[in-house]
Amino acid sequence: MTQKTLHKRHSDLANSKRQLQILSNGIFQNGDLPKFKDKIAESNQFPLKARKLEILQINVGYMCNQVCEHCHVDAGPDRKEIMTRETMQQCLDVIKKTGAHTLDFTGGAPEMNPNFRWFVDEASKAGIKDFIVRSNLTIIKSNKKYYDLPEFFKTHNIHVMSSMPHWTKGKTDKQRGEGVFAKSLAALKDLNAVGYGMPDSNLRLDLVYNPTGAFLPGNQSALEKDFKKVLLEEFGIHFHNLFAITNLPISRFLDYLIASENYEDYMYSLVEAYNPAAVQNVMCTNTLSVSWDGYLYDCDFNQMLELPVSSKVKHISEYNESLLEGRKIVISQHCYGCTAGAGSSCQGSVA
Amino acid sequence: MQKTYYDPADLKKFGNISDWNEELGSKFFEYYNSVFKEGALSEREKSLIALAVSHTIQCPYCIDAYTGDGLQRGITKEEMMEALHVAGAIRGGASLVHGVQMMNKVNKLDM
Repeated sequence: MTQKTLHKRHSDLANSKRQLQILSNGIFQNGDLPKFKDKIAESNQFPLKARKLEILQINVGYMCNQVCEHCHVDAGPDRKEIMTRETMQQCLDVIKKTGAHTLDFTGGAPEMNPNFRWFVDEASKAGIKDFIVRSNLTIIKSNKKYYDLPEFFKTHNIHVMSSMPHWTKGKTDKQRGEGVFAKSLAALKDLNAVGYGMPDSNLRLDLVYNPTGAFLPGNQSALEKDFKKVLLEEFGIHFHNLFAITNLPISRFLDYLIASENYEDYMYSLVEAYNPAAVQNVMCTNTLSVSWDGYLYDCDFNQMLELPVSSKVKHISEYNESLLEGRKIVISQHCYGCTAGAGSSCQGSVA
Repeated sequence: MQKTYYDPADLKKFGNISDWNEELGSKFFEYYNSVFKEGALSEREKSLIALAVSHTIQCPYCIDAYTGDGLQRGITKEEMMEALHVAGAIRGGASLVHGVQMMNKVNKLDM
């Protein structure tokens, strides 16, 4: 694996302020492209406001066993930001009183947080039934201590959402690192073996597709059909649905866009594909993102850009659902990534 | 005046051809969009045909468009290159098959 995190490389893009500058200057400053704010105002959708909270998405840490080229978190083995048990306890206090029905764990590799299983156990005791874990798959095969993850997921009926950018080794390994494709297939087989992703099984296993370069995802159902055909025919692997997610121009993907001289063209394609119908269902309207240190954001992308919620309530310890409902969503030009074409969210297309 | 015959930015303006003839332009784009919808052939297959034809007619706009379209559909570079070789084979074959005409002529004229 040759890829390193922006932090490890001491890249100036490791600084979120620098990323925000890039997203506001150039083509957006000289008027070649409209700012997101002005674009959504055209269809009277500004300001974008949060509706009733349905999903609490908790980022339990930026540590990951992989260093994917497109990662919006700049996650990697060198990242030490990990949610403590104390912050998890504060989240649990909120979980007991929240109206949100779904707890969505993300990272980094969420399973690498040493308190991950404790957290799930406690949240389960607190009454949460709807769990999602965003797993990179390879973690399951990376170390003996993770081999039983499929069984653990099954115990809590956790909905597993796994990243898989292509059904070929070449494209998968190029984005996610050498050997990732083979390990991912092995992990998917382990998940299938305990019942995940099997036809008619209620153990949900979905795949998340991110394009492997400076282009937008194609039609979600067509991609799902192709993935299903190849994974089943060539590898005997089952899964339920595929969610196509657009790469947002932040962090390592932004770095890639700039280095490959694709940044401007990519922003043009996002703006051209802008779909006002997708704005209504963007994930920030029903999701709240909690960072490893307990701060609140409208989404995981805003978390990485260090754009906190626009509310008196800033931290999980002072959580107040009624104060957070109706808050104005904090936006910048990266938001075009969620409104292009059929739209994009952690649950795939939205329009 | 632009210094080159082709400008990649012009591809985005394709729709403007309707400005000077709305009726025919609209008919063309309606037809175009219908052609690429799934039918007896999948959209994926049609995209690969379009890519091969783009190279045959050597249209830079079309090559740009259908390379991007292929990537979005998850079409691999190996599939793209194979499609191009189909175009190349037909193109080369079209020259070489005329060799029969040449041979006929030689056989007729030469003692």
